[in-house]
Amino acid sequence: MSNISEIAAIAQDKATQLGISKFDVYGSSVDEASVQVDHGDPKQTKASNRSSVMVRVWNSDQTVGVTSTTDVDALGLELALKTAHEASFFGPKEHAPDFSPEATTPIPDHPDAVFPPAEIATLLGKLVGVEQELLEAHPAIVDVPYNGLSQREIERFYLNSEGALRREARSYTSLYLYSKTEQPGKKPRSAGAFRISPSLDQLDIQGCLQEAAEKTISHLEYEKIPTGKYRVVFSPEAFLSLLGAFSNLFNAQSILDNRSLSTPESLGSAIASPLLSVYDDALHTDNIARVAFDDEGTPTRRIALIEQGILANFLHSAGSAKRLQAMPTGHAGIGAKVSVSPHFYHICPGSAPQQTYNLATADNVILIDDLQALHAGVKSLQGSFSLPFDGWLVNQGQRTSIESATVAGDFRELLKAILYVEPECELTPAGVCPRIWVDSLSITGE
Amino acid sequence: MTPTALLTAQEIPALQYRATRDRFDESWRAPLSTLLGLGRAAGADFVEFFLERVNYISCLAEEDAITTITPRLATGAGVRVFRGKADCYVSTNDLSFGGLKSALEKALSIMGLTLPSLSAYIPEMNLELLRDYATARGKEGWLAECSPIAEMGNILLAANEALRQKAQYIQSRRASYFRDWQEVLVAASDGVFARDIRLTQSVGYSLLCADGSDRASISQRAGDTHNPNFLRAWEYDLEAEAVAESASNMLRADYVESGTYPIIMANEFGGVIFHEACGHLLETTQIERKTTPFMDKKGEKIAHESLTAWDEGLSPNAFGTIDMDDEGMPAQRTLLIENGILKNFLSDRAGSIRTGHPRTGSGRRQGYTYAAASRMRNTYIAPGSYTPEELMASVDKGIYCKKMGGGSVGPTGQFNFAVDEAYLIENGKITKPLKGATLIGDAKEIMNKISMCSQDLGLAAGFCGSVSGSIYVTVGQPHIKVDSITVGGR
Repeated sequence: MSNISEIAAIAQDKATQLGISKFDVYGSSVDEASVQVDHGDPKQTKASNRSSVMVRVWNSDQTVGVTSTTDVDALGLELALKTAHEASFFGPKEHAPDFSPEATTPIPDHPDAVFPPAEIATLLGKLVGVEQELLEAHPAIVDVPYNGLSQREIERFYLNSEGALRREARSYTSLYLYSKTEQPGKKPRSAGAFRISPSLDQLDIQGCLQEAAEKTISHLEYEKIPTGKYRVVFSPEAFLSLLGAFSNLFNAQSILDNRSLSTPESLGSAIASPLLSVYDDALHTDNIARVAFDDEGTPTRRIALIEQGILANFLHSAGSAKRLQAMPTGHAGIGAKVSVSPHFYHICPGSAPQQTYNLATADNVILIDDLQALHAGVKSLQGSFSLPFDGWLVNQGQRTSIESATVAGDFRELLKAILYVEPECELTPAGVCPRIWVDSLSITGE
Repeated sequence: MTPTALLTAQEIPALQYRATRDRFDESWRAPLSTLLGLGRAAGADFVEFFLERVNYISCLAEEDAITTITPRLATGAGVRVFRGKADCYVSTNDLSFGGLKSALEKALSIMGLTLPSLSAYIPEMNLELLRDYATARGKEGWLAECSPIAEMGNILLAANEALRQKAQYIQSRRASYFRDWQEVLVAASDGVFARDIRLTQSVGYSLLCADGSDRASISQRAGDTHNPNFLRAWEYDLEAEAVAESASNMLRADYVESGTYPIIMANEFGGVIFHEACGHLLETTQIERKTTPFMDKKGEKIAHESLTAWDEGLSPNAFGTIDMDDEGMPAQRTLLIENGILKNFLSDRAGSIRTGHPRTGSGRRQGYTYAAASRMRNTYIAPGSYTPEELMASVDKGIYCKKMGGGSVGPTGQFNFAVDEAYLIENGKITKPLKGATLIGDAKEIMNKISMCSQDLGLAAGFCGSVSGSIYVTVGQPHIKVDSITVGGR
């Protein structure tokens, strides 16, 4: 991709030629590589270098059209501007998006967190070694069917015809290990682990390996579980995945579209146990995918979503903020219709608990490690969920793997039924979160 | 007579190829032939280029306004290099000769291969005559025949108005459409040189109804791959009525009581259970990962003798129909299971190299950023001899799954499906609507529990996400009976 100043100059030049006076461009360029192995041999290696931009054009009636393109050269930008201009005459006349009022607000200068990529041979060597260690961790582990070591460098930018110009770049390296067991007379069992860091040198490979091995081994001895109501403890990853599936609770655009479990009047109401507080914080120091601005150029920031059980704020784009008399929060995704999505959750205890709980002393508690098939089992507009999970029945700290079961409930009821928010947070790709205890959820086993 | 002059590596930088930018045609033969030869000269066992151009648009009507029109233009290419059973895939946006050569060089380098010396001869590949499905099947004019933006908007607004008239307790109503026009060119070192144009269109409704604390959300989608007039021909009145009726039934539904039940699954989209619980496990990708219980079961009984199943790319207008796959192989009809016996797997090139199962024209991908993988096309259970009424009459207490949601299957064969519209069956009769049901089970076990198939085979459009991205597929089946299955609920 050309550098951003060049793209800005080309866009301005072509816009002028086409008689377009108001436009903005959001773009990104990704350079990535990944490797997979199969019992010590390289399986598939992938590499990619690609760019794309999304162009928005306002016509003289101030309606907007968009076009995205992967041709980020003069010809491609001209075609995109032209197509967006044509589309603008069919754009919505009410609530048309506008530039973010904060698109030119100064942002503290952060140096790009870009580390040189490792050689493919280095990635392969590491992964072959890790796979071998995992296969040797237990005789029952016969395969690591899903594995991958990836590195990615991403550069993103936003510019508009009023002089906004922002860019940032970042690199990430991630490792995924998912191992499978086979034992005579038993069902295959599997479990996985994931780690991400800015570079290969900083990647917690041993931690990932150890977690994948321990979890897989812990599922070797499994039992069916009777159907019924149980006290459930969600792992940080499981709770964050469920919260993410119901993020329409905080999404101002979904609220404006009547496709949320909240309404504008929900702000200030108690939607969860006072034991719970939830923040969204793109700039969290533990967030590897930290972004300083959203797709409209609005600076990101820490936003309180639930404070001691009370719904405190919604996530906004510039447009949703304007309609709901709020400030943009830096959560916009550019498009013909601007979307809103969270960046990185930070979940922590709210008010002080009257009683604490501990897995080492609890009886008949289900610890849910990983929720599956959220795309199928979550009815985000109804508030209900019914999901398969990996987990254990815990008695006095003794864990017994559960063979196959689902957990079901209503997410709003779940938030209110939170018994305890443990004090220690864990870092996951979706945020930082402690284990969350919930009373009386329906479990279907046998 | 003298042979054609031989090309040496040092001459390549000076070559002046002029392939057309806005069309994949014969002008791409020379540059791709040279690059394929360069890859082979470097020691690759097999090299393949996949070129793609996309002209996509989506349109969304919410309530009484068009809120989204999103055109997307994309071009890109991927080069795949095999060395033995290992392969590398590199993709790029840069379709210039230099850009494609850089991608090839990167792939060769990753595979540990070095470019031939400057004086080395480059054996350009003798590609077949361009196998041009786009021209042969009259697809060149399809894009121009599709509905323009203004017409799209008008039809969607009319459709959404029809939904408003049919439904009650509406909280949100949406009508959507997309048109995905894709031109692809495949050139490979085994001589494959093939071009196609695909036109995929889809229309859909999404309705959310709410009354107090009662809520129901119903989505419905239809799709087509061959008719530029698809949107114009959309009978949205009928669809609106069906969606409104489903939402009305489900608004007051009770939560299903979890347990083990016999179930009757409706035809058409009910086929998602076979797609997820069995179809994926018959892809050679799963054999490569050893994540299918069926990997060594070819020729053996893996399902109830009442079950026969197909996967094919040939049914006219079906959502998973393709003239050629994304590796340039013509689509075929593949018998998967016949009377319970496993007959074939679905295989792409890599799957064939790594597992030995023959290619079936099933190498598919979302786009140029993905290497092709063995994927389903139109997959369905063949019709049986019963009537739906006979299936229903065989159940004392069970669940009728009229409308399925999504689902997935895990690496150990455990599957799950959401049921969007379900009813209780008592003494062979439907008695009341139920919500919140999830079907869970083990693929290997469930296949032997599909004991009755009715005569009313129907197909439905769907999307399938897997290793090579999201692709368009058809699922299908007649009404079927599953003798017992675990139903997750409250």
